[in-house]
Amino acid sequence: MKPFHTHHGRVAPLERVNVDTDQIIPKQFLKRIERTGFGQFLFYDWRFSGDGKKKVGFVLDEPRYAGASILVAGKNFGCGSSREHAVWALTDFGFRAVISSSFADIFANNSTKNGFLTVQLSEQEAAEVMRRAREKKDYELTIDLEQCEVRDDQGFRAKFPVDEFVRHCLLNGLDDIGLTLQHEGEISAYETAHPAPRSLLSSEA
Amino acid sequence: MRLLNRYEKLVIQPPMASKQTLFEKIWNAHLVAQPSGRSPILYIDLHLVHEVTSPQAFDGLRAAGRKVRQTARTVATVDHNIPTEPRGTPITDLIAAKQISALQANCKEFGVRLFDMDSPDQGIVHVIGPELGLTRPGMTIVCGDSHTSTHGAFGALAFGIGTSEVEHVLATQCLAQQKPKTMKIDVRGRLAEGVTAKDLALGIIGQIGTDGATGHVIEYAGTAVRALSMEGRMTLCNMSIEAGARAGMVAPDEITFAYVKGKRFAPHGGEWEKAVEYWRSLPTDEGAAFDKIIEMDAAQLCPFVTWGTNPGMVAPVTGRVPEVNGLTQPERRSTELALLYMGLEPGKRIEDIGIDRVFIGSCTNSRIEDLRAAARVARGHHVSANVRAMVVPGSQTVKRAAEQEGLDQIFLDAGFEWRESGCSMCLGMNPDILQPGERCASTSNRNFEGRQGRGGRTHLVSPMMAAAAAIAGHFTDIRNWKFQ
Repeated sequence: MKPFHTHHGRVAPLERVNVDTDQIIPKQFLKRIERTGFGQFLFYDWRFSGDGKKKVGFVLDEPRYAGASILVAGKNFGCGSSREHAVWALTDFGFRAVISSSFADIFANNSTKNGFLTVQLSEQEAAEVMRRAREKKDYELTIDLEQCEVRDDQGFRAKFPVDEFVRHCLLNGLDDIGLTLQHEGEISAYETAHPAPRSLLSSEA
Repeated sequence: MRLLNRYEKLVIQPPMASKQTLFEKIWNAHLVAQPSGRSPILYIDLHLVHEVTSPQAFDGLRAAGRKVRQTARTVATVDHNIPTEPRGTPITDLIAAKQISALQANCKEFGVRLFDMDSPDQGIVHVIGPELGLTRPGMTIVCGDSHTSTHGAFGALAFGIGTSEVEHVLATQCLAQQKPKTMKIDVRGRLAEGVTAKDLALGIIGQIGTDGATGHVIEYAGTAVRALSMEGRMTLCNMSIEAGARAGMVAPDEITFAYVKGKRFAPHGGEWEKAVEYWRSLPTDEGAAFDKIIEMDAAQLCPFVTWGTNPGMVAPVTGRVPEVNGLTQPERRSTELALLYMGLEPGKRIEDIGIDRVFIGSCTNSRIEDLRAAARVARGHHVSANVRAMVVPGSQTVKRAAEQEGLDQIFLDAGFEWRESGCSMCLGMNPDILQPGERCASTSNRNFEGRQGRGGRTHLVSPMMAAAAAIAGHFTDIRNWKFQ
């Protein structure tokens, strides 16, 4: 996993609440069996018309937000389907982080496995970032995971919460399967004490 | 939207260690390790796998030279993108076919049991787990699908995970998890005739919102919940994720045991008695504390219809699409966007909304009891001339049972299509999709933009309400239905 320390980048505002993962990556693109190549389909139904032509006016396609690597959106971002493809689409498109006042649990969990940061600010702080991204030209932010802080060069500064273990994994780009397997002894002991029920082990199917 | 008047929320003091909730008992029984400064490591009893969220996980195993740690605890099926035309019809979607063959190859290579397309046990993963007796009280169950919460109906801790965690469970049979908070939703009284578990679920989400339970595991309790069948409890727990919950649960009781008993993979003989004895110890202790408690009165619930683009946007069937005047931002903007997408005017009566399509199916409402309820409505009537209506059983087992009871004939006589099992038009990954602008009464779980097909407009309802809408051509209050 790509480590996340400090990231500085342009901010794009997505002024929607409850952005669900069906919007982030529509289901017709979930049939790929790779982890890559999903960026071109990000927010597809909002960005493209039915015949595949680019629509006019979607925020990510405005020239002023070209190359944005931080997204700021309304509350409950990433709700709905558990599809990790949503995170893959955001990262493949070039995003390293999303800022919101709240995130759906599974989306937030999936993000941590992909070096992608979900930055939770208060509603006022998130609204202020949204306002600045909308009103200020070339608005950029620094997201500092060492300090758990978001700041711009115009006086905005906010702390964000992050689970200590998640932070440790993100800072070091750790594979958490490897970390769990450090507990092989305990897992084996648990399995000895709790064997799979015989009915599950039967070979009939 | 606040639909219900009597609504109270109280926060209770942290629990005493001796009194535990159902969730805490299962959580504690599955803790493998609690490394300091890290998330606790939880053992997973059952891992359900399907074609869409697993290929990258198996690739990850291969790349790392790992194997599936517990093939006996891993079960796969194909459900999301398989066609519901008669089995044997070639899959014309080549990418879907590739994904299905990838699952077949992966299951073969890693030794995972697969209920394949031609299996008499194939079906939606959340339908076949319970009907095969794989799902049981007290278990931890995961699947790369958010509606894994369905299995909580048995008093199991069941939740959806992403593909990285699918790989994690395949490799370690464990997950590193932060302990969620607990929420009790206590539903007093009884649901009235015509008001179903689906309406209870929609009523709850309409009240607490699509993020009302984020970070929490819900335990549904109270007389209205205890009175539900296992099918009803599954419908209720299924939609927990639509309120943002990590999982939903119902304490196991005699109804649960009666459902599980005799199922193919359920404990038999002496093992059964031992299992039931343990299951009886699982319900929440009297006096155990929850982080949040919500109380509801079942008598206040009615048949609901969603009018917008998330499952929290609900109205009573006798109600109206909301007015936007008087709403404050950002609710006003999201309501306006939803109404624009749905092609609805503010203030329109729900019963005046005409429909083009009906979908009866999905992991929410495709079990035998759902089909019986819909068939009871359809019997002796005919689908409206302007409506195309589909019934998609949740599994081959449900399909066979329905055919034995003659439900298929009732549907066919009434002008419904009777199809093969799968996820179908709940998410439209297979050819069953809405055309742009088409309006659908659907028994599924999500009315997100484009969910059932680009530009499609989804209204979530119960199976009875969907069948009645198919016949009337518009939404109609099932409580006034003329059953034949």
